[in-house]
Amino acid sequence: MTMPKLQSAAELERYRAEILAGRDPALPCIAVCAGAACDGMDSAAVARAFLAEAAHLGGKLEVRTTGCHGYCEKGPNVVVTPGDICYFEVAPADVPEIVAATLKGEVVERLVYKDPVSGEKAVHMHEVPFYKHQMRLLIGDNPKIDPMKIDDYLAVGGYAALVKALTTMSPDQVLDEVKRANLRGRGGGGFPAGAKWETTKKAADKTKYVIVNGHEGESAAFMDRAMLTGNPHKILEGLIIGAYAIGAQKGFMYTRHDMPLLEKHVRNALAQAKEYGLLGENILGSGFDFECELHFDVGIFVSGESSALMRSIEGNPPEPRPKYIRTSVSGIWDKPSNLNNVETWANVPQIINKGADWFTSIGSEKSKGTKLISLSGNVVNSGVVEVPLGTPLRTLVFDIGGGVRDGKTLKAIHFGGAMGGSIPADLIDAPLDFDGMSKLGAPIGAGGLLLMDEDTDMVEVARYLMDFLTKESCGKCVPCREGMAQMLHILTKLTKGEGKPGDLEQLEDLAEVTGLSSLCALGKTSADPLKSMFRYFKPEYESRISVQAAGGSKAR
Amino acid sequence: MSEILLTIDGKEVRAATGMTVLQAAQQADIHIPTLCEHEKLESFGGCRLCTVEVEARGKKSYVVSCLYPVEQDIVVRTRSEKVDKIRRVLVEELMAHAPDAPELVKLAEEYGADRNRFERAASFCILCGLCVRYCNEVKQKNAVGFIDNGPLKEISFIPEIAARECWGCQECFTICPTSYAQAAYLLTEALAFPGSRKVQAQKTHTPTIIPIIPVAMSG
Repeated sequence: MTMPKLQSAAELERYRAEILAGRDPALPCIAVCAGAACDGMDSAAVARAFLAEAAHLGGKLEVRTTGCHGYCEKGPNVVVTPGDICYFEVAPADVPEIVAATLKGEVVERLVYKDPVSGEKAVHMHEVPFYKHQMRLLIGDNPKIDPMKIDDYLAVGGYAALVKALTTMSPDQVLDEVKRANLRGRGGGGFPAGAKWETTKKAADKTKYVIVNGHEGESAAFMDRAMLTGNPHKILEGLIIGAYAIGAQKGFMYTRHDMPLLEKHVRNALAQAKEYGLLGENILGSGFDFECELHFDVGIFVSGESSALMRSIEGNPPEPRPKYIRTSVSGIWDKPSNLNNVETWANVPQIINKGADWFTSIGSEKSKGTKLISLSGNVVNSGVVEVPLGTPLRTLVFDIGGGVRDGKTLKAIHFGGAMGGSIPADLIDAPLDFDGMSKLGAPIGAGGLLLMDEDTDMVEVARYLMDFLTKESCGKCVPCREGMAQMLHILTKLTKGEGKPGDLEQLEDLAEVTGLSSLCALGKTSADPLKSMFRYFKPEYESRISVQAAGGSKAR
Repeated sequence: MSEILLTIDGKEVRAATGMTVLQAAQQADIHIPTLCEHEKLESFGGCRLCTVEVEARGKKSYVVSCLYPVEQDIVVRTRSEKVDKIRRVLVEELMAHAPDAPELVKLAEEYGADRNRFERAASFCILCGLCVRYCNEVKQKNAVGFIDNGPLKEISFIPEIAARECWGCQECFTICPTSYAQAAYLLTEALAFPGSRKVQAQKTHTPTIIPIIPVAMSG
């Protein structure tokens, strides 16, 4: 069935009303998470079992396969509406019981959340501790949407912001709203998105590009994947609005080649948006034309660096180039190119819908809105989490994360993957804030939060992260290629108990020079984890030297 | 082209729009060390030795002068404690590969670099890319290219092209700071088209072989 193009905003709203009229909110619906973690635990078998049961119920029950719900630790996740009843670790064998209970309006008690200490149960999503302390503005729609169905996105108000922007706002007004919202880039830098948009908008060249950086490569970060796979239209809507504000005619979604489900959903979303007339010429009769293409990386981490990414879209090897002239002025094929991360674009529709004042009412003084965080490491509840910026790390780690696994003590909190930093447990009350965390030496980065327990060897952590980055360096510039290889060599010696006096001074020199003189952010920040270690955990490093210098055995 | 005024090492320097800081400095007879720069090639920004301190709009940063465009009123310092340290450590890193390369030996002397500071590496190529870029930009043959990435990155001659193009050229041998380009070529020749040296030599003169700089013996 093909859908006739929507010619105007009114047609879209009429169509949305039709979708909603055809849906009964009282009809029980079972949402089975097919996010990466749940999929790994064969949630597909659970979904198949539900579909088989529903097949002979004559429309009394709806089954929906969705993107990531967030609570990866307890997958496969199932949410039943109405009521947002959460079932965890669901197996295909549990399905008949869930269906029977759902049809009777009952709850399967044995599958709901049970507090590991008090044994207290939580049935509804808003009562489950993992969800209760979150503010799920971006990822909250995931359980309500089949990512393959644009109608599901329209049913939750999707593309209303695009309608509003195209019909009631000028491009300047859209830009102004985003600037006033003080939306800061979620990809790692925290640079104001509005200012970046303005640079591209004001650049002389009329051909302009907008780009979604969906190349999530940061170790321990998996929230962009959850967003882009689970709700691709939200990001696309943000991109189209951005293109309208900036005056770009063409967009690129750049992502990884190794996620087949993500590719399927994004391809499908682009095709559907085109079919509905939300991409292409004269979008909703507004006179605005915009196309979007999907592009893949070549399997190297540095592809996510903005200038390397643009080289890659041009068809060249993804080697970064110096940004003395910013990519927002001279990017893809030397044209002004505005690049934002998945989560940044995902924030745009709600800013347009609800306004900058609403957006700035959430968050800390200089970091507004919510932030998606990937929780992993020695944490009880791993998963994708969304909280207002400014939330104390304690809330993330203990209230949402459930604390440290196996009753152990927290040693360190690591943010930002291989280019981030570790802070000690006693800084747990620091707020999640772009500038604050940067000052502490653990910048939020893209939002990968890794918990480390008392048994963690901080030298090994630095070695591990350096090993990762060394392999991902493009090798073009000396400080990154040679400096990292030398740092890795010394760190490896330390972990093997072969450290000698002078090693730490060499590490400090290498870290400083690599940070100051590398070509791109990969090299510049490659020693950041090590710098944070020297700031907070230096005795651990010193012990590796002194013990051996005195002729002692390995420190481990 | 409009004129730009900037300060380099306390000296007022005039430059044209579009020039790099390195070009402006050279024009004013101010020396900045380089390894991967060549007059016939696009600036590469790989060796980072030409790093200088730039103060622009009250902000100090470290940039490579071969790529940084001149701007009105910027203050450039080609030497400072930090700049010298950057160059010293970079030279030390490169000397782990080619401790006897004449250019590196000279730089080591100037910046106090210790040739034995870091763990010696197996390859004596410093990946300045002069051969690769010369073959691409000047000769437009692409007989030699980069393969792999990170510390595994190396230059490699493509046998099919090298067999056809390199005998009569070999210009990259002379611009190579470590003589590795020649070594890599000879290896390719020996492995991929052995015997061709004899055949070719009968037809034309034999190109001079540059003595390869010993590496393993020193340090």
